[in-house]
Amino acid sequence: MNLSLAWVLARREMRGGLKGIGVFLACLALGVAAIAAVGIVRSAIERGLTDQGAVLLGGDAQVEFTYRFANQDERDWMKSKALEVSELVDFRSMAVVGDARVLTQVKAVDGAYPLYGAVQIDSGISLPEALTAKDLPGAVMDRVLAEQLGLAVGQRFTLGLQEFRLNGILMREPDGTSGGFALAPRVIVLREGLAKSGLLVEGTLFDSAYRLRLPEGADLEAMQREAEAKFREHGLRWTDKRRAAPGAEQFVERIGAFLVLVGLAGLAVGGVGVASAVRAYLEGKIGTIATLRTLGAESGLIFRVYLLQIAVLTALALTLGLALGAALPVALGPWIEARLPFPAEVGFYPRPVFEALFYGVVSALLFALWPLAKAAEVRAAALYRGGIGTGWPKGWYLAAIAALAAILIGGATWASGMAWLALSVAGGVLGALLALALAALGLMALARALGRSRFVRGRVVWRLALAAIGGPKAETMQVVLALGLGLSVLAAVGQIDANLRAAIARDLPTRAPSFFFVDIQPDQIDGFRQMILDNPAVRRLETAPQLRGLITLINGRDAREVAGNHWVVMSDRGVTFSAKPPKGTKLTAGAWWPEDYAGPPQISFSAEAAEEIGLHLGDKITVNILGREIEAVLTSFRVVDFSNAGMGFVMAMDPFAVQGAPHSHIATVYADAAAEAGILRQTTRAYPNITAIGMKAAIGRVTETLTAIAQAVMVAALVTLVTGFVVLIGAAAAGERQRQYEAAVLKVIGASRARILASFALRAALTGAAAGLVAIVTGAVSGWAVMRFVMDSDYAFEPGSALLIVLGGVLATLVSGFVFMLRPLGLRPAQVLRAQE
Amino acid sequence: MSEPVLKLEDVWLTLKGNAGPVDILRGISLLVPKGETLGLVGPSGSGKSSLLMLMGGLERATAGRVFALGHDMTALNEDGLARFRRGRMGVVFQSFHLIPTMTALENVAVPLELQGIPDAFERAREELHAVGLAARGDHYPAQLSGGEQQRVALARAAAPRPALLLADEPTGNLDSHNGAAIMDLLFALRDRHGSTLVMVTHAPELAARCDRIVRLADGQIAGEGQVEPVLGMSRSLA
Repeated sequence: MNLSLAWVLARREMRGGLKGIGVFLACLALGVAAIAAVGIVRSAIERGLTDQGAVLLGGDAQVEFTYRFANQDERDWMKSKALEVSELVDFRSMAVVGDARVLTQVKAVDGAYPLYGAVQIDSGISLPEALTAKDLPGAVMDRVLAEQLGLAVGQRFTLGLQEFRLNGILMREPDGTSGGFALAPRVIVLREGLAKSGLLVEGTLFDSAYRLRLPEGADLEAMQREAEAKFREHGLRWTDKRRAAPGAEQFVERIGAFLVLVGLAGLAVGGVGVASAVRAYLEGKIGTIATLRTLGAESGLIFRVYLLQIAVLTALALTLGLALGAALPVALGPWIEARLPFPAEVGFYPRPVFEALFYGVVSALLFALWPLAKAAEVRAAALYRGGIGTGWPKGWYLAAIAALAAILIGGATWASGMAWLALSVAGGVLGALLALALAALGLMALARALGRSRFVRGRVVWRLALAAIGGPKAETMQVVLALGLGLSVLAAVGQIDANLRAAIARDLPTRAPSFFFVDIQPDQIDGFRQMILDNPAVRRLETAPQLRGLITLINGRDAREVAGNHWVVMSDRGVTFSAKPPKGTKLTAGAWWPEDYAGPPQISFSAEAAEEIGLHLGDKITVNILGREIEAVLTSFRVVDFSNAGMGFVMAMDPFAVQGAPHSHIATVYADAAAEAGILRQTTRAYPNITAIGMKAAIGRVTETLTAIAQAVMVAALVTLVTGFVVLIGAAAAGERQRQYEAAVLKVIGASRARILASFALRAALTGAAAGLVAIVTGAVSGWAVMRFVMDSDYAFEPGSALLIVLGGVLATLVSGFVFMLRPLGLRPAQVLRAQE
Repeated sequence: MSEPVLKLEDVWLTLKGNAGPVDILRGISLLVPKGETLGLVGPSGSGKSSLLMLMGGLERATAGRVFALGHDMTALNEDGLARFRRGRMGVVFQSFHLIPTMTALENVAVPLELQGIPDAFERAREELHAVGLAARGDHYPAQLSGGEQQRVALARAAAPRPALLLADEPTGNLDSHNGAAIMDLLFALRDRHGSTLVMVTHAPELAARCDRIVRLADGQIAGEGQVEPVLGMSRSLA
């Protein structure tokens, strides 16, 4: 009965309009729209990756080997299962035109490639046409590679010892996403064209892949089990269209989840606006509430009357927000699809919309509950004196607020699938809110103290501004919370982005080698060493023999069962061998084998990776090297540092264990930057089969990827800031009446408009600067935490973006406040004061 | 007769209402000599407060001219009016109109600071002492009673020692005891600073303390003169 009475009263109340509640609607709708839009784009990409699995993979299933081609048994098995098999080879090499030598990722294909999808070439010719040999074997390559080589279509270039003619520019490879991150731009040639190149010899680093076109309805699960049972021990790796691009999928999942979490931070900013808007709305209803109390309404009824109104408003805001969030990706569909490196099927996806709905409902309730609880406590005496009180609401309201917060955080943790990150973001937001609230209280106290100091005596503009910041009913708390949280998110993103860039662009190259040289044949290594060491510009040279091997068993059990999804067991890794510990080796446990050791195989493992997997000295590790299973006893752990991009092998074996296995050498060369081009020319001319990986170019490509990620995160963070801006505008609008009144009274006692405006502007600027300063601190702490615990890297405070944040804070409060400063100035005092009588 | 402190010449005030323009004041002409205490009386809606606002430059005449202390206020813009009021006029309202974000002492000091007076706070403290609120200087308006707020407003109006004091029903929101005390203070301040006082009031006993009474009805002057005859007429018309 009480609920129906509450509904009747609520409806009557709403007939009077919902003035001043625009901020509530905007904050909630914006937050929910951002979360829904990000979620939909993520779902669209996931659907794209699933639906186009076969195209992305280049077949219904793919079998890969490292260092070798399939043997007859394996070929026979594939032929027995597939309607069609396409063989291709993937490796790195140097494309050469005259003196220009550029690293490239070569894909050598057969006539069946691609089984699914089509290769796009800019002139519109087909791939077979482009690759077919006329006078010379044909090739297509990425535009960037052609530009680096200064090569035009129709001109020649060399791979190893073989000349090719460039017959077209590669626009799109259908299977370009599944291979993961490529260090170099692509060249596609026919496998047969490489026969005389000298590039695919024993010991060269290459991968072979066999794409299978399978009959409709083939049981992929069963086929994978069979293939792995038969051939995994010989180094076979299986992928199929169910998860065609696991790397891309994982990447999208993580970035998507992260963006949703940034969106949630935006919703928290909106929450500040929601709380203020509800409070302001209820302040306007004090008379009604007090009258209802006079007439005998209990506080529970009052609570329900206004809760129902908030529920109606929430429904309206969520409808608006979800419609916007669902419509935006569809409207921008073609634009989004064109800019993504993945296929995306933009459309309506219910799950992200429901997720956004959940976040919207819970956060609206969470943030509205406090002012609602306080409004329910309004006494009848408020008709004469007082309003919504300050202080804490009653116990059960607090319990409900805590429960809602737990539901929100729990929901985000569950939905993101990244519990640690979600909890960290939630902790970060709560910490930032607490810091901001304390800062706002501090600012108010400081303003009060300063307002009474000698410094402002006679400085009316300052004293007016300080009085407004520190005085009762000041907007300071609201503005600092909303703007500060928005800026904090932006500051954190800015700090992380700048630190990552600094780590890559500044720190790394000073310690990183100039080049990696790979595929140095055993008969070339001595000559190569001599040539490099004869060059006075070379500071350091390190070489090591290298093989590649896949860990198949640990103590006789499937390695993936023991190590889960640890990167070390997911694909083949570099293995080196050495009689003595290489220079600079630091053993953390165990001992290196004797120099003349000729017993059962022994292996030394990266201490960090071993700890993550849970390996112990004495464990038996089975490594498949070129189809041969080597079971080695783990006899030592050693420090392997990947952070300086130098040489680092997870596994090292005793030379006797891999005796006779075809291998190549890898070298890192540290040289003066000015001499790099000369070294590259000299070595690749003398040894055309050797591939040089320039670290600057590789770092450049990593930086490009990071830039794209940073941009996506920045966009999400901007939504947070826009919400913060809406809250600011709301606060400024809510304070307009107050400012009108102040301006009128000040005019009565002789203040000019310029002085009043200066005081209003100073007030806004001081509050904005305070929010910006706190944002820098919270941003720096978040940045430090992410760099330290997630990226495992050093952190250095980055002042550039920090300064921008403070300026942004000042500017945002000034701009939002400016609109609402001018009107009060233009009004005549009599108009305003008469309205107050 | 000395130079009048206020001179109004055929002043009209027309405001836009929902139902079209409304003439609030219709052709008011009036002289207020220096040192006089003038009471404005009349029924509600007769235009008393609007006339006071015009005198203080808080409202602008639609037609006619308003001279205060020898200056043509109709020729001044908003800022010119604000500067003109500074140190010359004090205004007291029925609803006190203190700045809620400032303490009592700060409210009183502001007009002095606007004038650039170096010892603004010392003088503000004296003024607060004069109205009996020396101990409440650090209180915000919301922490003061109505009577106390009006005393702060009086101190604020009087602090610059203005030549002209304007009071719009200064006791309208107060009980008789507080009202009487405020009036005593107002007249004492006028005496102390030798100000000219124009006051809107409904209370006959306050009007009785004025040198002269102007009675308004329907936006026009309906009577003017010594207290008794005008009040008598006022009662019959009210």
